[in-house]
Amino acid sequence: MNLTDVSAPAAHPTAPADGIAHLDIDPFSIAFFDDPYPAHEAMREAGPVIYLDRWNVYGVARYAEVYAVLNDNRTFCSSRGVGLSDFAKETPWRPPSLILEADPPAHTRTRAVLSKVLSPAVMKRLRDGFMAAAEAKVDELLARGQFDAITELAEAYPLSVFPDALGLKPEGREHLIPYASLVFNAFGPPNELRQQAIARSAPHQAYVTEQCQRDNLTPGGFGACIHAFAETGDITPAEAPLLVRSLLSAGLDTTVYGIGAAVYCLARFPEEWQRLRQDPSLARNAFEEAVRFESPVQTFFRTTTREVEIGGVTIPEGEKVLMFLGSANRDVRRWERPDVYDISRKVSGHVGFGSGIHMCVGQLVARLEGEAVLTALARKVATIEVNGAVKRRYNNTLRGLESLPISITPA
Amino acid sequence: MTTITFIHPDNRSEDVKAEEGASVMLAALTHGVDGIVAECGGNAVCATCHVYVDDAWVAKLDPMSDDEDALLDGTASERLPNSRLSCQIKVSPALDGLVVRVPERQS
Ligand code: HEM
Ligand code: FES
Repeated sequence: MNLTDVSAPAAHPTAPADGIAHLDIDPFSIAFFDDPYPAHEAMREAGPVIYLDRWNVYGVARYAEVYAVLNDNRTFCSSRGVGLSDFAKETPWRPPSLILEADPPAHTRTRAVLSKVLSPAVMKRLRDGFMAAAEAKVDELLARGQFDAITELAEAYPLSVFPDALGLKPEGREHLIPYASLVFNAFGPPNELRQQAIARSAPHQAYVTEQCQRDNLTPGGFGACIHAFAETGDITPAEAPLLVRSLLSAGLDTTVYGIGAAVYCLARFPEEWQRLRQDPSLARNAFEEAVRFESPVQTFFRTTTREVEIGGVTIPEGEKVLMFLGSANRDVRRWERPDVYDISRKVSGHVGFGSGIHMCVGQLVARLEGEAVLTALARKVATIEVNGAVKRRYNNTLRGLESLPISITPA
Repeated sequence: MTTITFIHPDNRSEDVKAEEGASVMLAALTHGVDGIVAECGGNAVCATCHVYVDDAWVAKLDPMSDDEDALLDGTASERLPNSRLSCQIKVSPALDGLVVRVPERQS
Protein backbone atom coordinates (compact mmCIF):
# COMPACT_ATOMS: atom_id res chain seq x y z
CA MET A 1 0.00 0.00 0.00
CA ASN A 2 1.36 3.37 -0.96
CA LEU A 3 0.34 6.08 1.45
CA THR A 4 1.50 9.37 0.10
CA ASP A 5 0.04 12.46 1.60
CA VAL A 6 -2.51 13.98 -0.64
CA SER A 7 -2.54 17.35 1.05
CA ALA A 8 0.03 18.68 3.46
CA PRO A 9 -1.15 21.34 5.92
CA ALA A 10 -0.34 24.97 5.29
CA ALA A 11 2.89 26.37 6.72
CA HIS A 12 2.66 26.79 10.46
CA PRO A 13 1.94 30.36 11.54
CA THR A 14 3.80 30.33 14.86
CA ALA A 15 7.25 28.87 15.40
CA PRO A 16 7.33 26.20 18.11
CA ALA A 17 8.77 27.10 21.50
CA ASP A 18 12.49 26.98 22.14
CA GLY A 19 14.25 24.16 23.93
CA ILE A 20 12.13 21.45 22.47
CA ALA A 21 13.26 18.47 20.45
CA HIS A 22 12.07 18.44 16.84
CA LEU A 23 11.57 14.95 15.46
CA ASP A 24 10.81 13.98 11.91
CA ILE A 25 8.77 10.94 12.93
CA ASP A 26 5.44 10.51 11.14
CA PRO A 27 3.25 8.60 13.60
CA PHE A 28 0.60 8.15 10.88
CA SER A 29 2.82 6.38 8.36
CA ILE A 30 2.82 2.71 7.43
CA ALA A 31 6.44 2.31 8.59
CA PHE A 32 5.43 3.63 12.00
CA PHE A 33 2.37 1.37 12.22
CA ASP A 34 4.50 -1.65 11.30
CA ASP A 35 6.76 -1.08 14.30
CA PRO A 36 5.98 1.93 16.50
CA TYR A 37 8.14 0.88 19.44
CA PRO A 38 11.55 2.28 18.44
CA ALA A 39 9.86 5.57 17.53
CA HIS A 40 7.92 5.58 20.82
CA GLU A 41 11.18 5.17 22.67
CA ALA A 42 12.89 7.90 20.64
CA MET A 43 10.04 10.28 21.43
CA ARG A 44 10.07 9.44 25.15
CA GLU A 45 13.83 9.86 25.35
CA ALA A 46 13.82 13.13 23.40
CA GLY A 47 12.01 14.92 26.21
CA PRO A 48 8.78 15.31 28.15
CA VAL A 49 7.29 17.30 25.25
CA ILE A 50 8.38 16.99 21.63
CA TYR A 51 7.52 18.66 18.34
CA LEU A 52 6.65 16.65 15.26
CA ASP A 53 7.61 18.69 12.20
CA ARG A 54 5.77 16.44 9.79
CA TRP A 55 2.36 17.60 11.05
CA ASN A 56 3.33 20.68 13.09
CA VAL A 57 2.05 19.35 16.37
CA TYR A 58 3.35 19.01 19.88
CA GLY A 59 3.53 15.50 21.28
CA VAL A 60 3.69 13.81 24.68
CA ALA A 61 4.88 10.20 24.80
CA ARG A 62 5.87 9.71 28.46
CA TYR A 63 3.34 8.40 30.96
CA ALA A 64 3.52 11.40 33.31
CA GLU A 65 2.82 14.01 30.64
CA VAL A 66 0.16 11.95 28.86
CA TYR A 67 -1.58 11.50 32.21
CA ALA A 68 -1.23 15.21 33.01
CA VAL A 69 -2.70 16.30 29.66
CA LEU A 70 -5.60 13.84 29.96
CA ASN A 71 -6.37 15.17 33.43
CA ASP A 72 -6.30 18.89 32.63
CA ASN A 73 -9.29 19.30 30.37
CA ARG A 74 -9.50 23.06 30.92
CA THR A 75 -6.08 23.65 29.40
CA PHE A 76 -6.16 20.78 26.93
CA CYS A 77 -9.64 20.87 25.46
CA SER A 78 -11.54 18.39 23.32
CA SER A 79 -14.11 20.73 21.75
CA ARG A 80 -11.66 21.77 19.04
CA GLY A 81 -11.50 18.13 17.98
CA VAL A 82 -9.55 15.14 19.28
CA GLY A 83 -8.01 14.58 15.87
CA LEU A 84 -5.48 16.73 14.03
CA SER A 85 -8.16 18.92 12.47
CA ASP A 86 -8.80 22.06 14.56
CA PHE A 87 -12.55 22.71 14.63
CA ALA A 88 -11.83 26.39 15.30
CA LYS A 89 -10.19 26.58 11.86
CA GLU A 90 -11.68 23.79 9.77
CA THR A 91 -15.20 22.47 9.33
CA PRO A 92 -15.43 19.00 10.92
CA TRP A 93 -16.07 16.13 8.47
CA ARG A 94 -19.21 15.22 10.42
CA PRO A 95 -21.23 17.02 13.12
CA PRO A 96 -18.97 16.86 16.22
CA SER A 97 -19.59 14.25 18.91
CA LEU A 98 -21.62 15.61 21.84
CA ILE A 99 -19.40 13.78 24.31
CA LEU A 100 -15.97 12.99 22.87
CA GLU A 101 -15.57 16.37 21.19
CA ALA A 102 -17.16 18.45 23.96
CA ASP A 103 -15.90 20.27 27.07
CA PRO A 104 -17.67 20.89 30.37
CA PRO A 105 -20.36 21.93 31.06
CA ALA A 106 -21.81 20.50 27.82
CA HIS A 107 -19.80 17.29 28.27
CA THR A 108 -20.89 16.83 31.87
CA ARG A 109 -24.54 16.50 30.87
CA THR A 110 -24.12 14.04 27.99
CA ARG A 111 -21.51 12.05 29.88
CA ALA A 112 -23.93 11.58 32.80
CA VAL A 113 -26.45 10.03 30.41
CA LEU A 114 -24.03 7.56 28.81
CA SER A 115 -22.59 6.68 32.23
CA LYS A 116 -26.05 5.60 33.34
CA VAL A 117 -26.75 3.71 30.11
CA LEU A 118 -23.46 1.76 30.43
CA SER A 119 -23.23 1.50 34.25
CA PRO A 120 -21.89 -1.41 36.33
CA ALA A 121 -25.50 -2.28 37.24
CA VAL A 122 -26.43 -2.59 33.55
CA MET A 123 -23.41 -4.84 32.98
CA LYS A 124 -24.63 -7.24 35.65
CA ARG A 125 -27.78 -7.79 33.61
CA LEU A 126 -25.83 -8.38 30.39
CA ARG A 127 -23.22 -10.63 31.89
CA ASP A 128 -24.80 -14.09 31.55
CA GLY A 129 -25.82 -13.51 27.94
CA PHE A 130 -22.37 -12.22 26.94
CA MET A 131 -20.66 -15.18 28.67
CA ALA A 132 -22.96 -17.72 27.01
CA ALA A 133 -22.41 -16.19 23.57
CA ALA A 134 -18.64 -16.44 24.03
CA GLU A 135 -18.89 -20.10 25.04
CA ALA A 136 -20.99 -20.85 21.97
CA LYS A 137 -18.53 -19.03 19.74
CA VAL A 138 -15.52 -20.91 21.14
CA ASP A 139 -17.35 -24.26 20.81
CA GLU A 140 -18.07 -23.48 17.19
CA LEU A 141 -14.43 -22.53 16.52
CA LEU A 142 -13.10 -25.61 18.35
CA ALA A 143 -15.15 -27.78 16.03
CA ARG A 144 -13.40 -26.10 13.10
CA GLY A 145 -9.88 -26.22 14.58
CA GLN A 146 -8.38 -23.61 12.26
CA PHE A 147 -9.68 -20.13 11.61
CA ASP A 148 -8.81 -16.46 11.37
CA ALA A 149 -8.84 -15.06 14.91
CA ILE A 150 -9.57 -11.55 13.64
CA THR A 151 -12.57 -12.02 11.38
CA GLU A 152 -13.98 -15.16 12.97
CA LEU A 153 -13.45 -14.34 16.64
CA ALA A 154 -12.38 -10.74 17.34
CA GLU A 155 -15.00 -9.43 14.88
CA ALA A 156 -17.57 -12.20 15.04
CA TYR A 157 -17.98 -12.21 18.81
CA PRO A 158 -18.66 -8.47 19.34
CA LEU A 159 -20.91 -8.55 16.26
CA SER A 160 -22.89 -11.35 17.94
CA VAL A 161 -23.52 -9.38 21.15
CA PHE A 162 -23.00 -5.62 20.79
CA PRO A 163 -25.44 -4.66 18.01
CA ASP A 164 -28.19 -6.57 19.83
CA ALA A 165 -27.33 -4.91 23.14
CA LEU A 166 -27.52 -1.57 21.37
CA GLY A 167 -30.83 -2.52 19.79
CA LEU A 168 -29.95 -2.36 16.10
CA LYS A 169 -32.09 -4.09 13.54
CA PRO A 170 -30.43 -6.96 11.65
CA GLU A 171 -30.28 -5.28 8.25
CA GLY A 172 -27.27 -3.16 7.36
CA ARG A 173 -24.95 -4.18 10.18
CA GLU A 174 -22.19 -4.69 7.63
CA HIS A 175 -21.78 -0.89 7.71
CA LEU A 176 -20.75 -0.86 11.38
CA ILE A 177 -17.09 -1.83 11.11
CA PRO A 178 -16.40 0.32 8.02
CA TYR A 179 -18.07 3.29 9.72
CA ALA A 180 -15.96 2.92 12.87
CA SER A 181 -12.81 2.46 10.82
CA LEU A 182 -13.68 5.70 9.04
CA VAL A 183 -14.21 7.57 12.31
CA PHE A 184 -10.84 6.47 13.69
CA ASN A 185 -9.01 7.18 10.42
CA ALA A 186 -10.56 10.65 10.38
CA PHE A 187 -8.79 11.63 13.64
CA GLY A 188 -5.54 11.39 11.73
CA PRO A 189 -3.87 13.88 9.40
CA PRO A 190 -4.98 14.36 5.80
CA ASN A 191 -3.06 11.32 4.55
CA GLU A 192 -4.34 8.72 2.14
CA LEU A 193 -5.95 6.65 4.92
CA ARG A 194 -8.08 9.61 6.00
CA GLN A 195 -8.88 10.98 2.57
CA GLN A 196 -9.92 7.60 1.17
CA ALA A 197 -12.01 6.79 4.22
CA ILE A 198 -13.89 10.07 3.94
CA ALA A 199 -14.31 9.75 0.17
CA ARG A 200 -16.05 6.40 0.69
CA SER A 201 -18.04 7.43 3.74
CA ALA A 202 -21.44 8.37 2.32
CA PRO A 203 -23.24 4.99 2.47
CA HIS A 204 -21.91 4.23 5.97
CA GLN A 205 -22.88 7.66 7.25
CA ALA A 206 -26.36 7.31 5.77
CA TYR A 207 -26.82 3.96 7.53
CA VAL A 208 -25.60 5.28 10.88
CA THR A 209 -27.72 8.44 10.78
CA GLU A 210 -30.78 6.33 10.07
CA GLN A 211 -30.10 3.77 12.82
CA CYS A 212 -29.70 6.44 15.47
CA GLN A 213 -33.37 7.46 15.19
CA ARG A 214 -35.60 6.31 18.02
CA ASP A 215 -37.94 4.26 15.86
CA ASN A 216 -35.10 2.14 14.57
CA LEU A 217 -33.89 1.06 18.01
CA THR A 218 -35.27 -2.00 19.81
CA PRO A 219 -36.81 -1.34 23.26
CA GLY A 220 -34.50 -2.19 26.16
CA GLY A 221 -31.25 -1.64 24.25
CA PHE A 222 -28.62 1.04 24.93
CA GLY A 223 -30.00 3.14 22.07
CA ALA A 224 -33.57 3.15 23.38
CA CYS A 225 -32.25 3.95 26.88
CA ILE A 226 -30.47 7.01 25.49
CA HIS A 227 -33.68 8.18 23.81
CA ALA A 228 -35.55 7.67 27.10
CA PHE A 229 -33.31 10.34 28.65
CA ALA A 230 -34.70 12.78 26.09
CA GLU A 231 -38.14 12.20 27.60
CA THR A 232 -36.95 13.01 31.11
CA GLY A 233 -35.30 16.19 29.85
CA ASP A 234 -31.70 15.18 30.65
CA ILE A 235 -30.90 15.67 26.95
CA THR A 236 -32.93 17.15 24.11
CA PRO A 237 -34.65 14.97 21.48
CA ALA A 238 -32.20 16.33 18.92
CA GLU A 239 -29.21 15.24 21.01
CA ALA A 240 -30.30 11.64 21.51
CA PRO A 241 -29.48 10.36 18.00
CA LEU A 242 -26.02 11.90 18.15
CA LEU A 243 -25.31 10.18 21.46
CA VAL A 244 -26.43 6.87 19.97
CA ARG A 245 -23.97 7.62 17.18
CA SER A 246 -21.16 7.73 19.77
CA LEU A 247 -21.82 4.12 20.65
CA LEU A 248 -21.95 3.13 16.99
CA SER A 249 -18.62 4.90 16.40
CA ALA A 250 -16.72 3.82 19.50
CA GLY A 251 -18.40 0.67 20.75
CA LEU A 252 -17.70 -2.06 18.22
CA ASP A 253 -14.45 -1.71 16.31
CA THR A 254 -12.53 -0.80 19.49
CA THR A 255 -13.50 -4.10 21.09
CA VAL A 256 -12.65 -5.94 17.87
CA TYR A 257 -9.13 -4.54 18.19
CA GLY A 258 -9.10 -5.21 21.94
CA ILE A 259 -10.08 -8.87 21.63
CA GLY A 260 -7.73 -9.27 18.67
CA ALA A 261 -4.92 -7.84 20.81
CA ALA A 262 -5.65 -10.26 23.66
CA VAL A 263 -5.69 -13.34 21.43
CA TYR A 264 -2.50 -12.18 19.70
CA CYS A 265 -0.82 -11.70 23.11
CA LEU A 266 -1.85 -15.15 24.34
CA ALA A 267 -0.60 -16.74 21.11
CA ARG A 268 2.77 -15.01 21.50
CA PHE A 269 3.24 -15.57 25.25
CA PRO A 270 2.64 -19.32 25.79
CA GLU A 271 3.52 -19.17 29.49
CA GLU A 272 0.86 -16.55 30.08
CA TRP A 273 -1.60 -18.71 28.16
CA GLN A 274 -0.79 -21.64 30.46
CA ARG A 275 -1.28 -19.46 33.54
CA LEU A 276 -4.65 -18.34 32.20
CA ARG A 277 -5.70 -21.96 31.59
CA GLN A 278 -4.74 -22.87 35.14
CA ASP A 279 -6.66 -19.95 36.56
CA PRO A 280 -9.43 -18.69 34.27
CA SER A 281 -10.35 -16.07 36.89
CA LEU A 282 -7.36 -14.12 35.51
CA ALA A 283 -9.25 -13.61 32.23
CA ARG A 284 -10.44 -10.10 33.01
CA ASN A 285 -6.98 -8.89 34.00
CA ALA A 286 -5.44 -10.70 31.01
CA PHE A 287 -7.72 -8.65 28.75
CA GLU A 288 -6.89 -5.42 30.60
CA GLU A 289 -3.17 -6.12 30.29
CA ALA A 290 -3.64 -6.68 26.54
CA VAL A 291 -5.26 -3.23 26.34
CA ARG A 292 -2.18 -1.80 28.04
CA PHE A 293 0.28 -3.87 26.02
CA GLU A 294 -1.16 -3.24 22.54
CA SER A 295 -3.18 -0.07 23.24
CA PRO A 296 -5.83 -0.60 20.54
CA VAL A 297 -6.52 3.15 20.66
CA GLN A 298 -3.02 4.55 20.12
CA THR A 299 -3.47 8.30 20.07
CA PHE A 300 -5.78 11.24 20.62
CA PHE A 301 -5.19 14.97 20.28
CA ARG A 302 -6.10 17.90 22.48
CA THR A 303 -5.95 21.66 21.73
CA THR A 304 -4.46 24.17 24.17
CA THR A 305 -6.89 26.81 25.44
CA ARG A 306 -4.08 29.01 26.82
CA GLU A 307 -0.31 29.23 26.93
CA VAL A 308 0.83 26.45 29.22
CA GLU A 309 4.04 25.13 30.68
CA ILE A 310 4.40 21.37 30.81
CA GLY A 311 7.56 19.39 31.47
CA GLY A 312 9.51 22.67 31.40
CA VAL A 313 8.30 23.50 27.90
CA THR A 314 5.92 26.34 27.05
CA ILE A 315 3.19 25.54 24.55
CA PRO A 316 1.29 28.53 23.10
CA GLU A 317 -2.50 28.79 23.00
CA GLY A 318 -4.35 27.11 20.13
CA GLU A 319 -1.83 24.31 19.52
CA LYS A 320 -2.59 20.67 18.86
CA VAL A 321 -1.00 18.23 21.31
CA LEU A 322 -0.80 14.56 20.34
CA MET A 323 -0.98 12.09 23.23
CA PHE A 324 0.70 8.74 22.62
CA LEU A 325 -1.36 6.44 24.84
CA GLY A 326 0.43 3.34 23.56
CA SER A 327 3.80 4.83 24.40
CA ALA A 328 2.70 5.95 27.87
CA ASN A 329 1.54 2.39 28.51
CA ARG A 330 5.08 1.14 27.86
CA ASP A 331 7.04 3.88 29.57
CA VAL A 332 9.74 2.37 31.85
CA ARG A 333 9.34 5.41 34.07
CA ARG A 334 5.94 4.02 35.04
CA TRP A 335 5.97 0.28 34.29
CA GLU A 336 8.27 -2.56 35.28
CA ARG A 337 9.27 -4.64 32.24
CA PRO A 338 6.78 -2.76 30.06
CA ASP A 339 7.42 -4.89 26.97
CA VAL A 340 6.35 -8.06 28.73
CA TYR A 341 2.74 -9.23 28.62
CA ASP A 342 2.00 -10.28 32.21
CA ILE A 343 -1.57 -11.37 32.93
CA SER A 344 -1.26 -10.81 36.67
CA ARG A 345 0.24 -7.33 36.39
CA LYS A 346 -1.34 -4.62 38.55
CA VAL A 347 -2.47 -2.75 35.49
CA SER A 348 -4.68 -0.08 37.12
CA GLY A 349 -3.59 3.34 35.93
CA HIS A 350 -2.85 2.41 32.31
CA VAL A 351 -4.20 4.93 29.82
CA GLY A 352 -5.45 2.52 27.14
CA PHE A 353 -8.98 3.71 27.96
CA GLY A 354 -7.78 7.27 28.55
CA SER A 355 -8.02 9.01 31.94
CA GLY A 356 -9.90 11.93 33.42
CA ILE A 357 -13.31 13.20 32.39
CA HIS A 358 -13.26 11.60 28.91
CA MET A 359 -12.03 8.22 30.09
CA CYS A 360 -13.82 5.58 28.05
CA VAL A 361 -17.46 5.51 29.08
CA GLY A 362 -17.86 2.09 27.43
CA GLN A 363 -14.93 0.41 29.20
CA LEU A 364 -17.21 -1.90 31.17
CA VAL A 365 -18.72 -3.24 27.95
CA ALA A 366 -15.23 -3.76 26.53
CA ARG A 367 -14.07 -5.59 29.67
CA LEU A 368 -17.16 -7.75 29.77
CA GLU A 369 -16.61 -8.84 26.17
CA GLY A 370 -12.89 -9.41 26.72
CA GLU A 371 -13.44 -11.35 29.92
CA ALA A 372 -16.14 -13.47 28.28
CA VAL A 373 -13.95 -14.46 25.33
CA LEU A 374 -10.83 -15.16 27.38
CA THR A 375 -12.78 -17.13 30.01
CA ALA A 376 -14.33 -19.33 27.33
CA LEU A 377 -10.93 -19.89 25.69
CA ALA A 378 -9.25 -20.67 29.03
CA ARG A 379 -11.89 -23.21 29.97
CA LYS A 380 -12.25 -24.99 26.65
CA VAL A 381 -9.00 -24.69 24.71
CA ALA A 382 -5.69 -26.49 25.34
CA THR A 383 -3.40 -24.93 22.73
CA ILE A 384 -3.40 -21.80 20.58
CA GLU A 385 -0.91 -21.58 17.73
CA VAL A 386 -0.36 -19.11 14.95
CA ASN A 387 -0.32 -21.17 11.76
CA GLY A 388 -0.13 -18.65 8.94
CA ALA A 389 0.99 -15.17 7.96
CA VAL A 390 0.03 -12.43 10.42
CA LYS A 391 -1.14 -9.30 8.60
CA ARG A 392 -1.44 -5.85 10.09
CA ARG A 393 -4.49 -3.60 9.56
CA TYR A 394 -3.66 0.07 9.06
CA ASN A 395 -5.65 2.82 10.73
CA ASN A 396 -4.65 6.32 11.83
CA THR A 397 -5.78 5.71 15.43
CA LEU A 398 -6.38 2.01 15.98
CA ARG A 399 -3.64 -0.59 16.29
CA GLY A 400 -4.43 -4.17 15.38
CA LEU A 401 -4.38 -6.97 12.84
CA GLU A 402 -6.11 -7.67 9.56
CA SER A 403 -5.50 -11.39 9.78
CA LEU A 404 -4.33 -13.79 12.51
CA PRO A 405 -4.61 -17.40 11.31
CA ILE A 406 -4.58 -19.75 14.31
CA SER A 407 -5.27 -23.35 15.19
CA ILE A 408 -6.70 -24.45 18.52
CA THR A 409 -7.15 -27.83 20.19
CA PRO A 410 -9.77 -28.80 22.79
CA ALA A 411 -8.87 -29.06 26.48
CA MET B 1 0.68 10.16 57.36
CA THR B 2 -2.68 8.60 58.07
CA THR B 3 -2.96 4.95 59.04
CA ILE B 4 -5.66 2.94 57.28
CA THR B 5 -6.46 -0.68 58.08
CA PHE B 6 -7.68 -3.01 55.34
CA ILE B 7 -9.31 -6.24 56.53
CA HIS B 8 -9.50 -9.02 53.96
CA PRO B 9 -12.36 -11.52 53.61
CA ASP B 10 -10.20 -14.10 55.46
CA ASN B 11 -9.85 -11.58 58.34
CA ARG B 12 -6.18 -10.94 57.62
CA SER B 13 -5.54 -7.25 58.19
CA GLU B 14 -3.00 -4.83 56.75
CA ASP B 15 -2.08 -1.38 58.01
CA VAL B 16 -1.06 1.18 55.45
CA LYS B 17 0.45 4.62 55.93
CA ALA B 18 -1.46 6.69 53.44
CA GLU B 19 -0.37 10.00 52.02
CA GLU B 20 -2.65 12.94 52.55
CA GLY B 21 -4.63 14.00 49.52
CA ALA B 22 -4.44 10.54 47.93
CA SER B 23 -7.53 8.36 47.84
CA VAL B 24 -7.97 5.26 49.97
CA MET B 25 -7.93 3.31 46.68
CA LEU B 26 -4.54 4.75 45.73
CA ALA B 27 -3.17 4.04 49.20
CA ALA B 28 -4.16 0.38 48.77
CA LEU B 29 -2.62 0.19 45.31
CA THR B 30 0.66 1.89 46.19
CA HIS B 31 1.11 -0.39 49.21
CA GLY B 32 0.24 -3.59 47.38
CA VAL B 33 -3.01 -4.33 49.22
CA ASP B 34 -4.78 -7.02 47.18
CA GLY B 35 -8.48 -6.99 46.46
CA ILE B 36 -8.82 -3.35 45.44
CA VAL B 37 -8.76 -3.70 41.66
CA ALA B 38 -9.57 -0.14 40.57
CA GLU B 39 -9.97 -0.92 36.89
CA CYS B 40 -10.76 2.68 36.02
CA GLY B 41 -7.88 4.11 38.04
CA GLY B 42 -10.09 6.27 40.24
CA ASN B 43 -12.23 7.91 37.57
CA ALA B 44 -15.50 6.74 39.11
CA VAL B 45 -16.51 4.44 36.27
CA CYS B 46 -15.88 0.86 37.36
CA ALA B 47 -16.98 0.16 40.98
CA THR B 48 -14.06 -2.31 41.39
CA CYS B 49 -12.60 -0.35 44.32
CA HIS B 50 -15.56 -1.27 46.56
CA VAL B 51 -15.00 -1.39 50.34
CA TYR B 52 -17.16 -1.83 53.43
CA VAL B 53 -16.41 0.97 55.85
CA ASP B 54 -16.25 0.04 59.52
CA ASP B 55 -19.46 1.17 61.21
CA ALA B 56 -17.58 3.47 63.57
CA TRP B 57 -16.29 5.41 60.58
CA VAL B 58 -19.25 5.61 58.22
CA ALA B 59 -20.59 8.87 59.58
CA LYS B 60 -17.15 10.50 59.62
CA LEU B 61 -16.70 10.31 55.85
CA ASP B 62 -17.89 12.97 53.45
CA PRO B 63 -21.30 11.98 52.09
CA MET B 64 -21.27 10.18 48.75
CA SER B 65 -22.19 11.81 45.47
CA ASP B 66 -25.10 10.66 43.32
CA ASP B 67 -22.59 9.18 40.87
CA GLU B 68 -20.97 7.05 43.55
CA ASP B 69 -24.39 5.98 44.77
CA ALA B 70 -25.38 4.83 41.28
CA LEU B 71 -22.09 2.99 40.73
CA LEU B 72 -22.48 1.12 44.02
CA ASP B 73 -25.65 -0.47 42.63
CA GLY B 74 -23.39 -2.44 40.30
CA THR B 75 -20.80 -3.85 42.72
CA ALA B 76 -19.88 -7.52 42.29
CA SER B 77 -20.16 -8.27 46.01
CA GLU B 78 -23.39 -7.30 47.70
CA ARG B 79 -23.95 -3.61 48.38
CA LEU B 80 -24.44 -2.94 52.08
CA PRO B 81 -25.36 0.27 53.92
CA ASN B 82 -21.64 0.82 54.67
CA SER B 83 -20.50 0.26 51.06
CA ARG B 84 -18.30 2.96 49.53
CA LEU B 85 -15.96 3.36 46.57
CA SER B 86 -12.46 3.72 47.98
CA CYS B 87 -11.36 5.98 45.10
CA GLN B 88 -13.89 8.54 46.30
CA ILE B 89 -12.60 8.66 49.90
CA LYS B 90 -9.88 11.24 50.29
CA VAL B 91 -7.18 10.60 52.87
CA SER B 92 -6.95 13.28 55.58
CA PRO B 93 -5.60 13.40 59.15
CA ALA B 94 -9.19 13.14 60.38
CA LEU B 95 -9.27 9.61 58.93
CA ASP B 96 -6.30 8.36 60.94
CA GLY B 97 -7.25 4.88 62.13
CA LEU B 98 -9.88 4.30 59.42
CA VAL B 99 -10.85 0.64 59.06
CA VAL B 100 -12.31 -0.77 55.84
CA ARG B 101 -13.17 -4.32 54.79
CA VAL B 102 -12.28 -5.61 51.36
CA PRO B 103 -15.17 -7.49 49.69
CA GLU B 104 -15.00 -11.08 48.37
CA ARG B 105 -15.15 -10.01 44.74
CA GLN B 106 -14.66 -6.83 42.71
CA SER B 107 -15.85 -8.10 39.32
C1 HEM C 1 -10.99 -2.05 24.08
C2 HEM C 1 -11.96 -1.25 23.73
C3 HEM C 1 -11.93 0.25 23.88
C4 HEM C 1 -10.86 1.09 23.96
C5 HEM C 1 -9.37 0.74 23.92
C6 HEM C 1 -11.41 2.44 24.12
C7 HEM C 1 -10.63 3.58 24.28
C8 HEM C 1 -11.13 4.84 24.56
C9 HEM C 1 -10.33 5.99 24.87
C10 HEM C 1 -8.80 6.02 24.91
C11 HEM C 1 -11.17 7.04 25.12
C12 HEM C 1 -10.78 8.45 25.55
C13 HEM C 1 -10.95 9.48 24.48
C14 HEM C 1 -10.39 10.82 24.86
O1 HEM C 1 -9.82 10.99 25.96
O2 HEM C 1 -10.48 11.75 24.05
C15 HEM C 1 -12.52 6.54 24.93
C16 HEM C 1 -13.67 7.30 25.05
C17 HEM C 1 -14.93 6.84 24.72
N1 HEM C 1 -15.30 5.52 24.48
FE1 HEM C 1 -14.05 3.93 24.41
N2 HEM C 1 -12.77 2.37 24.12
C18 HEM C 1 -13.13 1.06 23.98
C19 HEM C 1 -14.43 0.56 23.96
C20 HEM C 1 -15.57 1.33 23.97
C21 HEM C 1 -16.92 0.81 23.96
C22 HEM C 1 -17.29 -0.66 23.99
C23 HEM C 1 -17.77 1.90 23.93
C24 HEM C 1 -19.28 1.94 23.93
C25 HEM C 1 -20.07 1.00 24.36
C26 HEM C 1 -16.94 3.09 23.95
C27 HEM C 1 -17.41 4.40 23.92
C28 HEM C 1 -16.64 5.51 24.19
C29 HEM C 1 -17.18 6.86 24.25
C30 HEM C 1 -18.62 7.27 24.00
C31 HEM C 1 -16.09 7.69 24.60
C32 HEM C 1 -16.13 9.20 24.83
C33 HEM C 1 -16.21 9.47 26.31
C34 HEM C 1 -16.09 10.94 26.69
O3 HEM C 1 -15.61 11.72 25.87
O4 HEM C 1 -16.49 11.29 27.82
N3 HEM C 1 -15.62 2.71 23.99
N4 HEM C 1 -12.47 5.19 24.62
S1 FES D 1 -11.43 2.95 40.83
FE1 FES D 1 -13.06 2.78 39.39
S2 FES D 1 -14.74 3.53 40.54
FE2 FES D 1 -13.12 3.62 41.97
